[in-house]
Amino acid sequence: MAAGAFAAGRATAADGEAPPAARDAFAFRGPHQSGIVTPAQDRLHFAAFDVTTGSRAQLVALLKAWTEAADRMMRGLPAGEIGPVEGSSLLPPDDTGEAIGLPASGLTITFGFGPTLFRDEQGRDRFGLAERQPSALHTLPHFPGDMLDPARSHGDLCVQACADDPQVAVHAIRNLARIGFGTVAVRWSQLGFGRTSTTSTSQSTPRNLFGFKDGTANVKAEEPDALDEHIWVAPEDVSGGAAWLAGGSYLVTRRINMRIETWDRQPLGDQEAFVGRTKGSGAPLSGGEEFTEPDFSMPGSDGPVIAQDAHVRVVHPDFHGGARMLRRGYNFVDGTDSLGGLNAGLFFIAFVRDPDTHFTPIQTAMAKSDAMMEYLKVTGSAVFAVPPGIGDGEYVGQALFEQQ
Amino acid sequence: MRKPLLVALVAALPLFAACTENTDRSEAADGGESRTITVTSTDDGCDLSATEAPSGTLTFEVANKGSAVTEFYLLGEDGQRIVGEVENIGPQLSRELVVSAPAGSYVTACKPGMKGEGIRDDFTVTASDQEPTAGTDDAAVDQALESYEDYVQEQTEQLVDKTGQFVALYKAGEDDRARALYPDARTHWERIETVAESFGDLDPKMDAREADLEPGQKWTGWHRIEKDLWPPADGYQALSAKLTFTVDQVANGSRGLLEEVANGKVTGEEEIWSHTDLWDFQANVDGARVAFEGLEPIVEQKDPELADTLESRFAELQKLLDAQRAGDGFVTYDQLAQDEVQALANAVNALAEPLSRLTAAVLS
Repeated sequence: MAAGAFAAGRATAADGEAPPAARDAFAFRGPHQSGIVTPAQDRLHFAAFDVTTGSRAQLVALLKAWTEAADRMMRGLPAGEIGPVEGSSLLPPDDTGEAIGLPASGLTITFGFGPTLFRDEQGRDRFGLAERQPSALHTLPHFPGDMLDPARSHGDLCVQACADDPQVAVHAIRNLARIGFGTVAVRWSQLGFGRTSTTSTSQSTPRNLFGFKDGTANVKAEEPDALDEHIWVAPEDVSGGAAWLAGGSYLVTRRINMRIETWDRQPLGDQEAFVGRTKGSGAPLSGGEEFTEPDFSMPGSDGPVIAQDAHVRVVHPDFHGGARMLRRGYNFVDGTDSLGGLNAGLFFIAFVRDPDTHFTPIQTAMAKSDAMMEYLKVTGSAVFAVPPGIGDGEYVGQALFEQQ
Repeated sequence: MRKPLLVALVAALPLFAACTENTDRSEAADGGESRTITVTSTDDGCDLSATEAPSGTLTFEVANKGSAVTEFYLLGEDGQRIVGEVENIGPQLSRELVVSAPAGSYVTACKPGMKGEGIRDDFTVTASDQEPTAGTDDAAVDQALESYEDYVQEQTEQLVDKTGQFVALYKAGEDDRARALYPDARTHWERIETVAESFGDLDPKMDAREADLEPGQKWTGWHRIEKDLWPPADGYQALSAKLTFTVDQVANGSRGLLEEVANGKVTGEEEIWSHTDLWDFQANVDGARVAFEGLEPIVEQKDPELADTLESRFAELQKLLDAQRAGDGFVTYDQLAQDEVQALANAVNALAEPLSRLTAAVLS
């Protein structure tokens, strides 16, 4: 059985770093970070960190250590060089051990930098990076209906760990957090199950907790031109101090609670009218099947057959200058709230070339006129700059810290 | 709450019909396949799998094979009276029409492109042992609508009156008296909230909470005053026009008011400064109950079990609210123990779930 080989890989990591089978391992290094166009895995553990040190050198040391550990874990190896059970019995192991015997499980680890890494709330330069802060990297404006919990929002750094096995994703965040003690502290973290988007045409469209297919119109890995146009930061976007971000992207997270119980009481016809698609096949109400382009001008009995406030219309690229996102969100259920209702919804993740043009206008339109908003409550929000990928011998974010 | 399908559904009070996709087919199955009729609507055709069916609950499975949005109607013998309709069927999509049809002669019509008379044909329903009971007489419907319109009218008048008093007190600096009147005046808004929300921007002007605002939007209305900073906007005049309703508007309004309770009041989100959430809670429940009670004679005929359930669930919820009464009003939300909030939330869910079936029941 395949898992045995991986177990051996982990166990013998110290002597020769036996590579696990490549079929479920992605490369950590490359022109772009992994975990963006990588076919969306089934599970998520996302963590935001605050930097607790004032030392730039310590911060750089952490990024080097994180790079090392992330590279190893994505290969299916233990976080540390010694391993979970191979070291001294007098020392705590340098890997926490819950992934012993588990394959790489498609793990990707993606790092990002929040606006507060560059300047604190008073606008002070924290680590000599202020002049390198990209102009689009700023806290999102307040959107109508936002009920943000500061304890679920923002952060200096972020780590997105995605894998097909939840234990592998949690193992990654847990070990990175542990490596960070003294330099960073976890501000918040979010578990997700059930990807709500496809990032590859090879994947079928999954459903969100409203029961509808989600992310049908996502930018996909097989669309290189669209990725350049909508997802990757181009050199001309970030001249001067922010040049380090070219080839990177921006990551927006929104913790969108669904008012599940109320939604479930809406008649099917109303649910479909709010979304603008049929619940079964996901076809737009203007007809056809899932991937048929919606016809927003097709007349219906009372106005267009896809209503003016239908979600699919309000957020469609046609009404936002063609702006598209690469969505990579996950369903979440954090148990129940104090009244017995599901504390559940969509942990929205989008990668965009510029949040000011590719996220904020769409979110504003949605908050203002989307019929679905009645059943949503946004409780968390954050934005990060995702540096480009790195080559051999480099550490994540090196261009930011060492840019000439 | 939002009701975008309202207008489309009720243009002609289809009291004997409901269009739905998630119908319980057990009845149809009991009566054999003949009670399920497939309809293929094309740009120039309307093909039915049968032109005859036994009386009872009939299911028309309408598939649109044409290129434009289509509609399907079951009409009375006169070709005028709408027995049932299903609208907005996009190309290559399918929807179901479920109707309870007594024996008689009917007319079917597909309307590709939603234009003209449609492509019509005769349809016969033969007598069977599942003959539906007589439909609701129009008088019962008229009575229900009239009493609800009167209720809305009366609440509107009191709303305008008490709001005027409240504003006068606030402007005069009589803060204690204004505070005392605040939950009372709002009661009349909350009782008819789903109606008030149908008036353009009246709701955001009057009832916006701080978190609802977009950047640059001027904050006006109740909650601004609640925070004791700003005089109110004038806006209630728009309400004074005489309103008319359809039965499913009334039924959906009842459901919507309970959603308001579930989303804002039971959680204490509505009145974060004054904590007078239970006044709003009671007012929403009042409005929902009045709407239900007006329709109750119809529901009792169509679905007696649902009528019984709703009646007892309303009573159970009211009992919990009554336990929180203090003086002329209620204790404030911050005085509620967690287990009391939980009990209220449970009772709201217990009522809201069957209440979500009210509209379909009165239209069935």
